[in-house]
Amino acid sequence: MTAMKKTVVCAAAALACSAVLADEIRNYRAEAVAMMKRDFKTRGIATADRVHEDGLQAVCNRTSDNPPKDIAARLERDQLEAVKYPTDGKLMGDWKAGEKLAQSGRGMTWSDKAGVPGGGNCYNCHQISPTETSFGTIGPSLYQFGKIRGNTPEMQKYAYGKIWNAKAFNLCSAMPRFGHAGALTESQIKDLVALLLDPQSPVNSK
Amino acid sequence: MADPMKIRAQMKGDTAEIRVLMSHAMETGQRKDNAGATVPAHFIQAITVDVGGKRVIQGQTSTSVSRNPVFGFKVKGAKVGDKVVIHWEDNKGDKRTDEAVIAA
Amino acid sequence: MKQRLSTLMVAAVMTASFAAHAQQPAKKAPPPAKAAAPAKKEGITAEFEKFREVLEEDNPAELFEAKGEDIWKNKKGPGGATMAQCDLGLGAGVVKGAYVQMPRWFADVGQVMDAERRIVHCMVKYLGYKEEDIRKQPFSNDQRTPDHVSVITYVAAQSRNLKIAAPQKHAKEIEAYRIGKEIFAYRAGPYDFSCATCHGDDGKRIRTQDLPNLRKPAEAVKAYQGWPGYRMTGGFMLTQQWRMNDCFRQQRFPEPTYLSDSITALLAYMTVTANGQVYKGPGIKR
Repeated sequence: MTAMKKTVVCAAAALACSAVLADEIRNYRAEAVAMMKRDFKTRGIATADRVHEDGLQAVCNRTSDNPPKDIAARLERDQLEAVKYPTDGKLMGDWKAGEKLAQSGRGMTWSDKAGVPGGGNCYNCHQISPTETSFGTIGPSLYQFGKIRGNTPEMQKYAYGKIWNAKAFNLCSAMPRFGHAGALTESQIKDLVALLLDPQSPVNSK
Repeated sequence: MADPMKIRAQMKGDTAEIRVLMSHAMETGQRKDNAGATVPAHFIQAITVDVGGKRVIQGQTSTSVSRNPVFGFKVKGAKVGDKVVIHWEDNKGDKRTDEAVIAA
Repeated sequence: MKQRLSTLMVAAVMTASFAAHAQQPAKKAPPPAKAAAPAKKEGITAEFEKFREVLEEDNPAELFEAKGEDIWKNKKGPGGATMAQCDLGLGAGVVKGAYVQMPRWFADVGQVMDAERRIVHCMVKYLGYKEEDIRKQPFSNDQRTPDHVSVITYVAAQSRNLKIAAPQKHAKEIEAYRIGKEIFAYRAGPYDFSCATCHGDDGKRIRTQDLPNLRKPAEAVKAYQGWPGYRMTGGFMLTQQWRMNDCFRQQRFPEPTYLSDSITALLAYMTVTANGQVYKGPGIKR
């Protein structure tokens, strides 16, 4: 019935109507995904299957990064449960190695080589050590991270978990899930935790 | 065969402002390509500028000049309608001459 | 002797000679800035902006523009065809204003095409270029700037100071925009990035690089008019298709096929968002 009615109205205003009708029926998102699956090809280590969204990405994509609270809470819990903490129980590595990692923007692009360890890409988005003034602003400043929060075992665990999987704490965070994605290794994440929390790290200097 | 230059020449008061954009790789001989091989030096090494039939600049350049360089000159005493002839030669013997007329 | 010619300060006015990044040995990465105070970046950006303004009048993009013009006007294909037969949407051979009115629907091919796609199509059709050759090296590098990049630069320059006006009349033009909007927001890949992760908010930057919010007209135009642009690091022209390609690389996506529907759709979204803004390209980039 409704469709018929619309057809009648459409006849009257053919041009505008075709677009309106199409909007109601068509799922541009699905069409976009299908198009990308057709157009994006494997190059180097960046394989074609990367355009397929995973479950979490799908939820964020469908809700414009604003998932309903209950769903977000449940999925965040799932993500947190999957975080792999170091078996030796040590969460802090070497802050100097962490600083180097934070500087490196390499990793997982089609111009990166397989088997070469990636970087943390941290300065792309965050202010961290005061000595580095070329920092991005997509994420919050991490300067004084440990000084403000304290170098407690809980805070170390939080920082490790956050870097391993940022989405365990904020489902549609812009930050990658470095451990989950295999972009950073356990020992690399430890070094980054040290950069943030070690009292000797320039992050926590005066 | 080298690509043409872009020459702009205009009178500003009693001075002609001449600017020229040259199309050239200006390789230093120190750069390496993706395969790690050294890219041979290739650069403009001599430039002359004639205004109204008279040589006003004769200069030498080297590898410190950028790719596709821009040069600017100010010439006193030239007038609208004078012909500007610019010529360069590079270390491989390639050369190029282009002309422009000084505009008001 | 009425003419008294004297030369002044030859060296001092060699403005562009500092754009010499390409001349550094390839291995030497630029050292990170080590100045003391954070938020120094505004100063750095301002300095660069001044430098860029000086260069704008002598943008080496003009060299490629001239080369492209020569190809457009003089090059002949098999059977004597020229680009005068190429319809960029405003009639055969009409270049003025065409660049800022694409992507658009082209009935002859039954497709929405962005400027780069249409120009390559014409160069294949009329000038006898081989599409597979163009696809072999679609983007410029320090060895070679492909002819189609020069032609794009020429065509783009013929829209300088005109208002961006990508059409949204044909159903397929609207479709391209709508799909492009979805692609823009689509998160995937190992880093969970979409275009919007970096280009969906105001006032963000990566390192010191400002990130325009491409959802807003006044910001979208900043990205739009940068390409085609002369990249001072390297000294060659890069196009919008290159910019999209390299963004997806950094997004950790697989590689989008050159001149594919996905890129045309994304460009339709970005261009339509910038509609009404004045185009000031071709650009010049660090």
